[in-house]
Amino acid sequence: MILQVDNVTKQFGGLTAVKNVTFGLEEGEILGLLGPNGAGKTTLFNCLNGVYAPTMGRIIFRGQDVTGYRPYRVARLGLARTHQIVRPLNELSVRENVVVGACYGREGLGLRAATRVADEVLELVGLHERSHQLASSLNVAQKKRLEMARALASHPYLLLLDEVLAGLNTAEVMGMLATIRKICERGVTIIMIEHIMHAIMNLSHRILVLNYGELIAQGAPAEVAQDPVVIEAYLGNPEMAEKLLEEEEI
Amino acid sequence: MLDMLLPSIVDGLLIGVVYGLVAMGLTLIFGIMNVINLAHGPIIALGMFGVYLLFTNTGVNPYLGLLIVAGGGLIFGVIMYFVAVHRVLNAPHLASLLSTFAVNMIIIGAGTVVFSTNFRNVDFSLGAVTFGPVTTTGARVAAAVVALLVTAALYLFLRRTRLGKNIRAVANNRKSAELMGIPSSRVLAISFGIGAMLAAVSGGLLATIQPFTILSGGVYELKSFVIVVLGGLGNPVGALAGGLILGLIEGIVPVFMKTTWVPVLEFALFVLILLVRPQGLFGARQ
Amino acid sequence: MSAWRQPGLWLPLLLVAAAAIWPAFGNNASLRETIFTMLMSVALASSLNILLGYTGYVNFGSIVFFGLGGYLGFYTVSALGWHLLLAVPIGGVAAATLALLLGSAVLRLRGAYFALATIGINEAMKALVINLDFLGGPTGMNLNFSIYQEYGGPAQALWLTYWALAVITLLVIVVSYLVKKSKFGLGLMAIREDEDAAEVMGVVAPRAKTTAYVISAFFPGLIGVLFFFKNGIIEPESAFRLHLSVELLVMVMLGGAGTVLGPVLGAAFYQRLRGLLLTSELFKNTQLVVAGVLLLLIVLFIPAGAVGWLRHRFAPLRRLLE
Repeated sequence: MILQVDNVTKQFGGLTAVKNVTFGLEEGEILGLLGPNGAGKTTLFNCLNGVYAPTMGRIIFRGQDVTGYRPYRVARLGLARTHQIVRPLNELSVRENVVVGACYGREGLGLRAATRVADEVLELVGLHERSHQLASSLNVAQKKRLEMARALASHPYLLLLDEVLAGLNTAEVMGMLATIRKICERGVTIIMIEHIMHAIMNLSHRILVLNYGELIAQGAPAEVAQDPVVIEAYLGNPEMAEKLLEEEEI
Repeated sequence: MLDMLLPSIVDGLLIGVVYGLVAMGLTLIFGIMNVINLAHGPIIALGMFGVYLLFTNTGVNPYLGLLIVAGGGLIFGVIMYFVAVHRVLNAPHLASLLSTFAVNMIIIGAGTVVFSTNFRNVDFSLGAVTFGPVTTTGARVAAAVVALLVTAALYLFLRRTRLGKNIRAVANNRKSAELMGIPSSRVLAISFGIGAMLAAVSGGLLATIQPFTILSGGVYELKSFVIVVLGGLGNPVGALAGGLILGLIEGIVPVFMKTTWVPVLEFALFVLILLVRPQGLFGARQ
Repeated sequence: MSAWRQPGLWLPLLLVAAAAIWPAFGNNASLRETIFTMLMSVALASSLNILLGYTGYVNFGSIVFFGLGGYLGFYTVSALGWHLLLAVPIGGVAAATLALLLGSAVLRLRGAYFALATIGINEAMKALVINLDFLGGPTGMNLNFSIYQEYGGPAQALWLTYWALAVITLLVIVVSYLVKKSKFGLGLMAIREDEDAAEVMGVVAPRAKTTAYVISAFFPGLIGVLFFFKNGIIEPESAFRLHLSVELLVMVMLGGAGTVLGPVLGAAFYQRLRGLLLTSELFKNTQLVVAGVLLLLIVLFIPAGAVGWLRHRFAPLRRLLE
């Protein structure tokens, strides 16, 4: 068990964004996190990596209680993440962005070793030709790759991917999926938030569904897709239902 | 003891209201566009000289002169917005701090040449006013009354008028205000103008109660920082409360210890509040 | 060390060393005074740059460290009778300690709030010193001329001060370069670009920021001792002059924040210009206006500063100009 989430709740004032969420994660697994907009998926990520301290509950990462740890402590233990809204370090080069990840990640590499790792990771995500450009000059798809490269360069045990496919065109999605598979093959455990159904259904070994902050279903992709509770949750939100149907057609 | 305290409290409250107005322009501009106007002090000083020159050279009643100074302040602020602020609105904080400081240097530089740094005062007395055991000058009472009126007018303007509502909308969220068809540049320019106007008017009022030089604005700019932090940065009504607190500290503390300890207390309090309650004592969170 | 072969390091070092040696030829005391001011600006601006340019925290009150160091150094020399070269590190350590104590608290504030807090700290310190009788209160302290005997007379004392400053200035540049090129510096720049994202990547922002703050306070503390020893007089108004703080910001901006060479060129240019304006018939009285207009133009049109602009425009220069 690499991660154990025990009854985690996060409240903002009167609003409960995440409510009593409990689940476990085995090493090497790809876990898909589904749910309509505002279901609390990103908030759950923020609790896991220390951006928010959960109001209640415990988070055990590799046998260590990391509840309420600051993000940098969690990062150094080997938990990396990407952001849904990309956050490149604009005035640094693409390579420097990734070197930061390697320098301050799990291994805490020195500059020279970190640069080697960065070049290797940039190659993996297909950004090596742009490594000397400023991060601000990348387009959205490239910035998503950069997010991923930074996270990977820290050589994490667990990687949280927050909608890395959103806003990419079909070819870019295919490329990214291949990359995610490669990462998984290297033994990195992954939790991914995604709205593109076919992608998440294909990649994930297991799926969790959040609605209004609560875990309403979990299981193998095929089971979850048939679950009437899940279908209702999505149909309750016309936009998502439409998206769901759209995806089936692809 | 009470005999000593009472006059200090009254004096503190009277000057406190004026202090509130002194800081109001600074906090208004920050609340609307996230810019700390480092030319605030020199604009206060220009307000002082406006009232002084109108009175000394053309005999305009200082309180009437305030109206002219207000108009001048508004125009100055709008121009300053387009020259020095508009371009750096979305740049890092340092840019707007430095661009407004550049205006500060220009005003102080030119002001020193034109007016030198000799003390001036507006020689216009309203006599003494006595409330029970307390006696103070009419000018102080008048200044406090005018400051209260201006504060009330600002409040009504922001709450009740269409332009005021637009200003608040832009302050709240510039992008969505623009989507709703509010011309944000124009609104921001007018807001900056109002901020400058408030500074100039407060300077004019200060000129009626104490002597000043072109450099006096700087002292009040520092006081304004303390006041806006006490009252919550960006909150014009909080500025009034902050002003009253500062006025009371300045009134009461010298009864108990040397006057030179007042600034130590003020600035220590200022840093402490920034650290512990950056939203100000009255917690108007944005 | 391979760093010495990098033009990004030796170019600014060479420029400063050349300027520093100049007054030694012909024992030129008035030139020495000019270069003293220039070196002091270079060192102060470069120290400020470590927090401002690398870390992105706008310190408006950086002069508080200069003033504090100056006061403590002055006290050690004049009241305790210690040697200047002992007093200098005391000033530096005092300033660094203040930064360490304040850092973890003040550096939680961001943007304008941090800038305001630094102004408050400077003003509070000034007001406090005015009330401390052992530091001379509002009128400050004077150095007894007999103190210079220990150094072989006033002239020798002034030269000693000058050379000490030159060494410190070179040291600041080396530190500024090494920080920029280190893992620590990369962490600072990550904080500058996006502090939250940096923390998510594992940068221990509170510790890194405090370290940067301490470094950028240490050197002004040293320099304060030298400056006020040279002046022979220290007053609260001159030790904690907010205006000087802002001038330093202007110098960093002029040359280019976040670069090693930028603050060096910015400080030298600013002081040269100031000197020219002060001695010119036309601008003698309006030097502040001219400086203001210049600052405005730079902030509005070349916010990256001279070196930043050059690096941006001409990619091949990037190796040369750090």
